Amino acid sequence: MDFNLSSSLFTGEQQFNAFESSKIYDVIIIGGGPAGLTAAVYSLRKGMVTGLITRQVGGQMAETAGIENYLGYRYINGVELADKFHDQVMQFGIDFENNTNVKTIKDGLIKEVILEDGRVFKTRTIIVASGKLPRKLNVPGEKELTGHGVAYCAICDAPFYKDKKVVVAGGGNSGIGAAIDLARIATHVTVVQRRDRLKADKILVDKLKHYENVEILLGHAVKEVTGAGHVEAVIAENRETGERISIPADGIFVEVGSIPNSDLAKGLLDMNETGEIIIDEFGRTNKEGIYAAGDVTDVPYKQIIIACGDAAKAALSATDYILSNPNF
Amino acid sequence: MALFDDNIRKQLAQILDGLKDDVHIVFFTQEIECESCHDAHQFIDEICAINPKLKMTRYNLVTDAEKAAEYKIEMVPAVVMLDKDGNDTNIRFFGIPGGYEINSFLGALLEVSGERQELPEDILKRIQKIDKDIHIQVFVTLSCPHCPGAVITAHRLALENKKIKADMIEANTFVPLSIKYNVSGVPKIVINGEHELLGDQPITAFLDVIEKI
Repeated sequence: MDFNLSSSLFTGEQQFNAFESSKIYDVIIIGGGPAGLTAAVYSLRKGMVTGLITRQVGGQMAETAGIENYLGYRYINGVELADKFHDQVMQFGIDFENNTNVKTIKDGLIKEVILEDGRVFKTRTIIVASGKLPRKLNVPGEKELTGHGVAYCAICDAPFYKDKKVVVAGGGNSGIGAAIDLARIATHVTVVQRRDRLKADKILVDKLKHYENVEILLGHAVKEVTGAGHVEAVIAENRETGERISIPADGIFVEVGSIPNSDLAKGLLDMNETGEIIIDEFGRTNKEGIYAAGDVTDVPYKQIIIACGDAAKAALSATDYILSNPNF
Repeated sequence: MALFDDNIRKQLAQILDGLKDDVHIVFFTQEIECESCHDAHQFIDEICAINPKLKMTRYNLVTDAEKAAEYKIEMVPAVVMLDKDGNDTNIRFFGIPGGYEINSFLGALLEVSGERQELPEDILKRIQKIDKDIHIQVFVTLSCPHCPGAVITAHRLALENKKIKADMIEANTFVPLSIKYNVSGVPKIVINGEHELLGDQPITAFLDVIEKI
């Protein structure tokens, strides 16, 4: 029997404090994934009064089963790595808010972070490290059948598809990773990819091709998910000919990329066409005292190790700004 | 063969050092016809052996029928948690809390023992205002990292208000129940048999649904 013990959940609990509305923080970090947690360590080591608000500790990292390209670990489970990051932050005294969403941020010499539940916290600098959310297919049937065959987390839900047929939408690393996990459990996996080739790393594609119960449908787009009460079929369209086929399936895993969680800064921070926050090499946004790092930014490659590097930069920039600002 | 290796046992011992008062674990099993009961039995035995504040009583679903009726247990393996005075906290675990769920199990032990994190005033008020019978069933799989969060939230609600009962249900062990509630994605939260929430929702999302019932 396996046990995924998160000891930091228990020992860490004693070492953090609740946020205080009366305080003026030096740094408030929005997001508790690899970027947010790295920024926290840097900020705390510099002696900055730091607070971190997150929807879920670990962020996207906590939803990854296997990480092989974060240095120091040839292979590590996402939640385990998230725990180690979390542990490292919790050794310092940090104000911490988990399972919480930030609604918006306000600029000014002293900035404000406003939570969805209405609470407001004041701070000299903000580091936005709110990451990304999985993109939906936005096709008929998807919303209605979410939780009834339409799934976004392969490691969570794969066991339900034992001896069943599944479709994986998406041919990138996440999609092929999910397809590999599912091929071991389901009777049949159909990967539906819009482009005419798979985008995933060769090492993953090669691994997938070893499975005999996998079919790869290139140049097709998922157009509809059908079923009464539960997924029964996925309609895919040939992007060239327009021909539609109905793939019988008991489930579909959506792995078609993600959208940045940048709504909280809409109208305030400069963003590119896909909603990613634009930053410079110091992690600075267009507003003084507001920084960003990780997948929520326009950094060209979205990787844990890159998010961490950028977050360290952002935290150091924030520290420099505070220490050199005559107003503080 | 022991379930926990030395490394895990050491970590468990450290965590369970944080127990404040005694916790009474009432474990229901059935030796015949129950695949997971044997493993659950071993799990409970080994955890209870780690710290003397954990007291276990074991009952058989069939031969101890009145006890099962007392705690309203109809399926096994089941864990009922009582506080130091033997009062039912209305916290239940159905299935083995292995995988990621060991975290929600340890969390429940600590909270029942009195080691509780403070809840914000307004949340506490909302929970205490609930005056209807609420039954929360949280369906999980053991390989789901998001699931313990939902279980912990549900159990915390049960701890703060006697009208609320909360169960962790391992979906692959109790298949007919999972089929009944169309569970194919976890965590799936079912409240009073008809209101559903998906995912590791914050406590406010639970309260929003409960208050509308």
